[in-house]
Amino acid sequence: MKNSRRFLTLIGLPSIYLFLLFILPVGLMVIFSFREGTTGAARDSFTLDHYITFVNSRSFLRLLWQSAGISFLVAVIANILAYPLAYYLAFHAGPKKNTLMMLLIIPTWTSYLLRIFAWKLILGSTGLLNSILLVLGLIETPSPILIYSRAAVVVTLIYVWIPFAMLPIFSSLERIDRYLLEAAADLGCTRMEAFWRVTFPLSLPGVVAGFFFAFIPTLGEFVTPLLVGGAQGSMYGNLIQDQFMRALNWPMGSVMSISMLVLVLVFMFLLTRLGPLSDLLGL
Amino acid sequence: MLKHKLPSIGAVYVVIICALLYLPIALLIVFSFNNATSLTFPLKGFTLQWYQQLGQNSELLASLRNSLLIAFGSSALATVLGTMGAIAIVRFNLPGRGIFLAVSTMPLVIPYVILGVALLILLNQAGIPLSAPAAGFAHVIISIPYAILIISSRLVGFPDNLEEAAMDLGASYWEALLKVTIPIVSPALLASFLLCFTISFDEYSIASFLVGTDTTLPVYMFSQLRFPTRLPMIIAMAAIIMTLTMLAMLISEWLRRAGQNSSPSKEAKS
Repeated sequence: MKNSRRFLTLIGLPSIYLFLLFILPVGLMVIFSFREGTTGAARDSFTLDHYITFVNSRSFLRLLWQSAGISFLVAVIANILAYPLAYYLAFHAGPKKNTLMMLLIIPTWTSYLLRIFAWKLILGSTGLLNSILLVLGLIETPSPILIYSRAAVVVTLIYVWIPFAMLPIFSSLERIDRYLLEAAADLGCTRMEAFWRVTFPLSLPGVVAGFFFAFIPTLGEFVTPLLVGGAQGSMYGNLIQDQFMRALNWPMGSVMSISMLVLVLVFMFLLTRLGPLSDLLGL
Repeated sequence: MLKHKLPSIGAVYVVIICALLYLPIALLIVFSFNNATSLTFPLKGFTLQWYQQLGQNSELLASLRNSLLIAFGSSALATVLGTMGAIAIVRFNLPGRGIFLAVSTMPLVIPYVILGVALLILLNQAGIPLSAPAAGFAHVIISIPYAILIISSRLVGFPDNLEEAAMDLGASYWEALLKVTIPIVSPALLASFLLCFTISFDEYSIASFLVGTDTTLPVYMFSQLRFPTRLPMIIAMAAIIMTLTMLAMLISEWLRRAGQNSSPSKEAKS
């Protein structure tokens, strides 16, 4: 009895906060998706129209799939690039480990917006890359195609997420018992075999966490497409932001947000089939 | 000895990635001293004017003040709520634990744009005007998962018999929490506060929906990115902030190491 009173006292405030500012808003968004309009009388009548429009519109669904594809690509490449970093830090950096870790983390302390904006300075028509290509004589006039494309969005976001993907991979590699690797070597594994059969499987929770650190924020991105993507590089997040801030069609925006949420939740559900989520995220 | 050895492939790779990570930041810093409003190569000249103009930009200073206030408030609140939640889920195994853990960490896997629009709808339906503090309260939601993770991993390392000992000696449960548990987890509280602070201070997506005209620094910066003449000043501001953060982080890292060396027992591994 005493225990459950203490438990409820501790958990009460955070639960109320989470309910009011997390569960309730998402619930209100679901209700809003059935409203006919954003303001006035249309707001008080309810309809399924926006869902019907959504399902019938090929372009919305296509952009959602494309954005999921972009996010997948970004997350996979960021992890592939981050893995050797984490591996080197965990197994080969020795006493320099902490210093190197700091060195890799420091760039993430620069404003997120400016780290993205900096890629405009690199990829832009008068930017670094074009200047270098001009000096080398590889191109005659500055090429504008480097920026304002999906590729620019992908490159920029990979850059942004590499350090964040590295951290969970590093911590799962750190947790591996070094004697396991010695045992593998004693039993005749080559270093390559030991890596694929011992190290890599044991580091998978970190890889999954690293994947999500990149995948989820990329799926909801609308800033990077605005800064370096242009009209060509627009993502699903831009569509949602547009409905709320410019088109002022909040019910339609709610339907789009819900569809993205469902996609994420289905994805997470499939993932939990692999094992308990808390294990995968290394909690 | 090491000097004569060829660097390994791994070391070369780390150096290349490091260079790539720093290149955009180096460009920004060059830009902030560049005597022109666009960064074209070759560079024109050196100037400090962008740094000098900072102090006169009242809008910029107001948004900086907003950002500092909401980052401070939201990280303090997230750390308090996170501590309560972490103690509850680590020390008790009662019904409700699982669902609390699931709901409190869920904001980690929800794109910020969705949280932003959902909270915009909440404010709208409740008739609350948009403001910077609204963004601060929203930032608590995205900070709580990190606070809980950091604090509970520290709690797991300390068995609850320290609390029991304090209670055997006459302390009430809450006194034991305040006088034994909280001091033990205090390094985690500081780590949580700092992380949540940086999350809120730099957050743009959610804030952009909620602040209205009461801008935070990232929202103000984004609005200025379209005006080439204001750009170098914004970047100068960011360069100063980055330098200050770096100093703060280096000091806290130094304090952490100093603290670790002086503590009698190393942190227990879970």
